[in-house]
Amino acid sequence: METDAKQLVNAQGESLTVEQAVANLQQREDTGLRYYAAWWLGRFRVTQTDAVDALIQALEDESDRAPDGGYPLRRNAARALGKLGQSRAVAPLIQCLDCDDYYVRESAAQALGALGDGQAIPALLNLLAGGVDAAVSVEGKPHLVQPYNAILEALGCLGAQSAVEDIRPFLSHPVAQVQNAAARAMYQLTGDDSYGQRLVERLQEPNLQLRRSAMMDLGAMGYLPAAEPIAATLAENSLKLIALQGVLEAHLQEVRFPDADLTPEAQRVLALMDDLL
Amino acid sequence: MVAAVGRLAAQQHPEAIPTLIRVLGYNNPGAAVAAVDGLVALGEAAVPALLEELDGYNYGARAWAIRALSLIGDPRALDILLETATGDFALSVRRAAAKGLGYLNWKLLPSGQVAEAQVQSLKALIQGTEDPEWVVRYAAVVGLQGLALAIHETPCTEDFTTIQQQLQRVVQQDNALAVQARAKWALTTLADVASSR
Repeated sequence: METDAKQLVNAQGESLTVEQAVANLQQREDTGLRYYAAWWLGRFRVTQTDAVDALIQALEDESDRAPDGGYPLRRNAARALGKLGQSRAVAPLIQCLDCDDYYVRESAAQALGALGDGQAIPALLNLLAGGVDAAVSVEGKPHLVQPYNAILEALGCLGAQSAVEDIRPFLSHPVAQVQNAAARAMYQLTGDDSYGQRLVERLQEPNLQLRRSAMMDLGAMGYLPAAEPIAATLAENSLKLIALQGVLEAHLQEVRFPDADLTPEAQRVLALMDDLL
Repeated sequence: MVAAVGRLAAQQHPEAIPTLIRVLGYNNPGAAVAAVDGLVALGEAAVPALLEELDGYNYGARAWAIRALSLIGDPRALDILLETATGDFALSVRRAAAKGLGYLNWKLLPSGQVAEAQVQSLKALIQGTEDPEWVVRYAAVVGLQGLALAIHETPCTEDFTTIQQQLQRVVQQDNALAVQARAKWALTTLADVASSR
């Protein structure tokens, strides 16, 4: 099925105002309303002070607990803060990397990668302690001991040159998705084409999930040589278009479009996108 | 399954049409691509069944069916494309319809109906360039380029200019770089055509 953000908005039903969302987030009676409000503030990129304050406060919430002991509201608040570009969220999010809920750590790592503040690098690197040998799965859980994908991707986004030697061994982690995240980060940190090519090869995998995740990585990296392989892989056109948008826009920024003319490379990617509509 | 659908599609037999349409609802992107290819190869013969079977509940299937109709370009799909390009809640459906509106085979319409139909398409596509989703705006730009090229062959060029102006606005105002770039490319293409007139 094609992913569709619009449908998600409609499925949630009610429409909110910013004031209502902030109030919903601050009240304590209805955890469902709080959870939805946190998502909503991120979705609509609400950056006003009281909204950001309320989200930062929600990172320490104790009232909303999942059956597994996790913190649903903290997870959503961290995700939302990743979308708001507010640097004062960085320190509280770094704190979240110590939370005993795996999914809070994952959301925080993703948010820190998105916020682009290098202060987060040492705390993220800490979570790689013990290297690949320590990066094993948790018994009875569908995940590893740390959110390695999110950590590696964040280090790549943050330009953590000092982390290259810590990241490299994860290229041979037994989980394919972790290898992909390491390849993406290594490409971002070294510019070495061979890491991009590793991900391009993934587009031939028999497993649809792996093809999808490699495609999204290549789009996020803006890896131009992947344009044709992305268009040709077996996956939804919606995801291919998002990946190609990433590739195209990275290139356009590099050549300083719209001040500069469209390059033949840009036209090549546009033609591929046209065929997927 | 992808291979089986591929073989069925390759037969280009009208009796395969209902099966190919059913495959669009299987939530298997590889198989759906093969089924769309098969339906598009069958062309006009597949249009009545596609129009009839458009699945109102499964938006994944509807997106593929609209895509097939758009690629076939038969103007019998005009009403459903107009309706979905601006009114469907699923962005993948609006996207496919917007492109399709620009590439209908207008010659299949009685000549008296062409102008009115093109005006309706133009309106829907201009509205499409204001869609909240970047990919729908992108598709509307592609549709506008196609429509401009079709209009260019008729004596009335007023709408050609309208399209150029709208594309100019997209280049200047859209907040997605990919959409701006596509509009710029469309303008270049249209300028080449206009100068060779």
